[in-house]
Amino acid sequence: MSKAFDEIREAKFQALIPRYPNLQALTLPSLWLWQEQYGWICPEGVAYLAKRLKLSVAQIYSIASFYTMFNLNPVGKYHIQVCKTLSCMLGGSETILECLEKNLGITPGQTTQDGRFTLTQVECLGACSGAPCICINETYHEKMDEASLLNLLEDLKRD
Amino acid sequence: MIKPIVSRLFQVPNSHKLEIARSHGRYDSLKILFSKSPEEITQMVCQSGLRGKGGGGAPTGDKWKIMPSPKPGIPHYLVINADESEPGTFKDRQILEKDPHLLIEGIIASSYALHVKHAYIYIRGEYHFPAQRVQEAINEAYEAGIIGPKSEFKLDITLHRGAGAYICGEKSALLESLEGKRGHPRLKPHGKEPEWLFEAPTVVNNVETIASVPFIIQEGPDAYRSYGTKDSPGTMLFGLSGHIKNPGIYELPYGVNMLQFIQEIGGGVRDNKELKAVVPGGSSCSILKADIIHKVTLDYESLKRNGSTLGTGGMIIMDESVSIPKAMKNLLEFYHHESCGQCTPCREGTGWMDRILAKVLNGNGTKEDIQLLLEISNTMNGKTICVFAPAVATMAISYIQAFPEEFYVLCAK
Repeated sequence: MSKAFDEIREAKFQALIPRYPNLQALTLPSLWLWQEQYGWICPEGVAYLAKRLKLSVAQIYSIASFYTMFNLNPVGKYHIQVCKTLSCMLGGSETILECLEKNLGITPGQTTQDGRFTLTQVECLGACSGAPCICINETYHEKMDEASLLNLLEDLKRD
Repeated sequence: MIKPIVSRLFQVPNSHKLEIARSHGRYDSLKILFSKSPEEITQMVCQSGLRGKGGGGAPTGDKWKIMPSPKPGIPHYLVINADESEPGTFKDRQILEKDPHLLIEGIIASSYALHVKHAYIYIRGEYHFPAQRVQEAINEAYEAGIIGPKSEFKLDITLHRGAGAYICGEKSALLESLEGKRGHPRLKPHGKEPEWLFEAPTVVNNVETIASVPFIIQEGPDAYRSYGTKDSPGTMLFGLSGHIKNPGIYELPYGVNMLQFIQEIGGGVRDNKELKAVVPGGSSCSILKADIIHKVTLDYESLKRNGSTLGTGGMIIMDESVSIPKAMKNLLEFYHHESCGQCTPCREGTGWMDRILAKVLNGNGTKEDIQLLLEISNTMNGKTICVFAPAVATMAISYIQAFPEEFYVLCAK
């Protein structure tokens, strides 16, 4: 069966339509719905959304590739995003990244072979008072140090 | 301690819930609001001297006044800029998480004044949790008939998530993004005119700005003016991060001494180290050396006099151990990554500067490289569609001019 919005996403999509004066404005919300359902923006997703939003495949791809949070490649079950910008750097984000690289055996941009962890470096997460901050999937973890990071990783590995 | 304007409920447990928010006076301003005309509300905001709190500090009333009078068939839009992404800035997140009903109350008031029937909140994609809180609050407000078809004013509010692009904090890029396009800033008009969303006149305001409006309506413009300074009236959520003992967000009237703020409220520099420098309001501001902090006060005018800007009020504190070239490299990487790529001086300039500074930090730089960094900065300034490139240029020049010895010592060759 070809990929499409499931019932939940279709309902959310329909609810969004009257909130905007045209379909193009639904591009970002639709990309979010797709990523929520499939984990990444796959080529079938781009084609599907183009059809639904009456835009060209190139238009959807151009938008999806502009925004860093849309994954154009599959990511692991846990997407670990390490903030690297100034306040977090001052707070020790480099140590956190090193620790993650060592523990997971991957560098930023890579996914572990078992497909469980993806490591990414990101720009300012807006959690500067909680430096260093990492975001795992959708959850912020602030004021990290090596001990709390290792504890967190152990929990995720057991899951 | 002053009576807070926007942070009053931050310490109240479950203040994000409608019931609790209401019991603390949220939505009380609506009664006064609807007893006045939209024009009177705009007039009150003008009189209060409220200034935009997203970084620019432009008078909010001026933005409102240039909206055309309503015509049938042409909607007006209000867009709330919750795309808080300026490094060192995390203030709007506090409102979004802890007091979303204050924001909604402000949106209702502003929409009423501007003849808006549909307001959008554009929130940065990384703010999953704040977005969830705001959406829950919007749902509660719909159900309670505060907004939506059951309400007196029939306002719709839609939360729209960004997806990780710093440039979408620039209002015209934000509007492009909201229209379902790449976040490319638009060319600015010569004369004064409103913003445009879906080809209709639009006002874009920051979260904290709109959250200040209910106070002005309830207590009056003079009450707002009783805070702060003559030219910077009111309060702001000031942030502290970096090497500071008590990082966080603190609401203060404009005009407080910066050194006093850092020492008394911030608890001073962490680990008893010496203060080296402060980035006053987000990474795009010029850096301030420690020796002038004592004469700086937290208002737009004082920061300008001292060669920087107040920006978003999010201060990054650096202690004596910080390498200024390394800090600048960190920011150049940020700007290189975040440049939208539309204008050549910015797209190429940020990357070029990043590569030069990398070379210098690796010990392979020459004194000419530092000169080149300054030259590129000057080339980037004023030659692009938006203020991104000028911000990078100002930042880079200020780091090199404030701490030249740190750059030249790396260029031994």
